[in-house]
Amino acid sequence: MTTMARTEVTTQVYRVYIKASAQAIWDAITQPEWNVRYGYQAPCEYELRPGGAYRVLPSPEMVKYGAPEVIIDGEVVEADPPHRLVQTWRALWDPEMAAEGHTRVTWEIEEQDGGVCRLTVTHDVTDAPKSAAQLAGEIPNAGGGWSYILSDLKTLLETVNSLQS
Amino acid sequence: MTDDDRVFKALADPTRRFLLDRLFERDGRTLTELESELEMTRFGVMKHLRVLEEAGLVVVHRSGREKLHYLNPVPIRLIHDRWIDKYTERQVSALADLKAELEDQA
Repeated sequence: MTTMARTEVTTQVYRVYIKASAQAIWDAITQPEWNVRYGYQAPCEYELRPGGAYRVLPSPEMVKYGAPEVIIDGEVVEADPPHRLVQTWRALWDPEMAAEGHTRVTWEIEEQDGGVCRLTVTHDVTDAPKSAAQLAGEIPNAGGGWSYILSDLKTLLETVNSLQS
Repeated sequence: MTDDDRVFKALADPTRRFLLDRLFERDGRTLTELESELEMTRFGVMKHLRVLEEAGLVVVHRSGREKLHYLNPVPIRLIHDRWIDKYTERQVSALADLKAELEDQA
């Protein structure tokens, strides 16, 4: 084994193809009235400008389990609707994860042929092992992480589309 | 071929499952790193990675000169949500009922 003198970067990449417009996907990510309808069903608020606040409030279910007033916080780094959103992310409901500090999430929405968009979520979880395990859905009874959220997002948008058409 | 067909086809090969397991252990590897763990030509490994990429199970990101391969678990999750949930739902809800009943007695 050779040891290389470089900072180890840990990244998770998730990709899903969704039959919906880029704008619909953008809204589903950034608007609380949409983002409560899939995944963990917790309202996510974004101030869509560089330096703007990002926070996730607990769902009624999470409040019952004693979740804090804000469960995830962060900052918007870059907002280029409806194609690119860069933000920081820090889980606050668990002291160990909170201590790992802010990590960085990049959302990319790219139009493909046939009314389909490609959504890629890249989460840089360098030096944040517990957050990484949470996001990969590896912590028992703590949900399915990004795969679960994105699978549910696809189902929601494609169901809404098929009901409207 | 549908998206699901591509995923099932990609998973139907032991070398490709081996490559996914390697990426599960440590993500973001180069072709050279992946190749070093297999008794197979570079070209052979590339072909398998291509099938995995077409099924969406591997996403390639460029980092400088390097092409890094990442495991994308979302297609497997979609299959789980669409197919496996459908057939296991009844058992799971039976277990949930049992749990509720036992906890009520306690």
